[in-house]
Amino acid sequence: MADLNVGDQIPELRVTPDKYLPHRYAGASGDFNPIHIDDELAKAVGLPRNILHGLYTMGLVAKANAALVGGDPRALRRLSVQMRGMGVPEQEIVVSGTVKSAEGDRVVVDTVAAQGDNTLIKNAEAEIQL
Amino acid sequence: MAIKTDAVGKEWPATTYQVGREKIKEYANALGLDSPVHFDVEAARAAGFRDVVAPPMFAVVYSSPAVGPAILDPEVELNFAAMVHGGQEFEWAEPACSGDEITTTAKCLSIEEKDGKGFYVFETNSVNQDGAQVVRGTWTLIVRGV
Repeated sequence: MADLNVGDQIPELRVTPDKYLPHRYAGASGDFNPIHIDDELAKAVGLPRNILHGLYTMGLVAKANAALVGGDPRALRRLSVQMRGMGVPEQEIVVSGTVKSAEGDRVVVDTVAAQGDNTLIKNAEAEIQL
Repeated sequence: MAIKTDAVGKEWPATTYQVGREKIKEYANALGLDSPVHFDVEAARAAGFRDVVAPPMFAVVYSSPAVGPAILDPEVELNFAAMVHGGQEFEWAEPACSGDEITTTAKCLSIEEKDGKGFYVFETNSVNQDGAQVVRGTWTLIVRGV
């Protein structure tokens, strides 16, 4: 099991969602809000293009943290995020994190997800049971 | 105009969701999750699960149907067109596995105005067919220009 100490960086997760990812995520999650899957409508309401689901990006934050324990779905006990910038398909998302506290077998990781300078999720707190 | 807060404390009828293997697979594929416990029943059982197990964030799949009616309730008066999903928290207990029947209730925790924006906070609570706690969710929805 990973030995994690306060201040340690978790391995970065880098994902470039393809053009059709929002459609697949819409089907998987049941969220068919057109701003995610209809580029024309998204532009008509002032967005740069169709945007990623915030909960998809949160899913990547969960994935980056679960990877610390080999993807064990029991390990993530709590995840709290603030969604900020809007993510877009076809641009790389980088999820990075720093161990904020480590007590016994519980660690809390402060996690961020960004596309370039655009922060999608910040102040994400992931509590993991090692 | 002051924001309407009458709905604070209101609860909505429970929704029930039947977790299935193919839906777990579809979700795991969309997120690029490759652990066999999400795809293969033998691997899941070998890892101590009753059946194929959902990834933690699959919580959105079975709990969001309970949030929809709360957001759209006229008593809440939430301007859906100007809404963004500002924050989300999940706290997990028992894992959700294929075959589980998960019941979720939703409640309005708070409605507040800050810097011209409305902050609507809802809580969901999901339990499985045995009455075991599965996940608690806190959904923060922000409405511009209230």
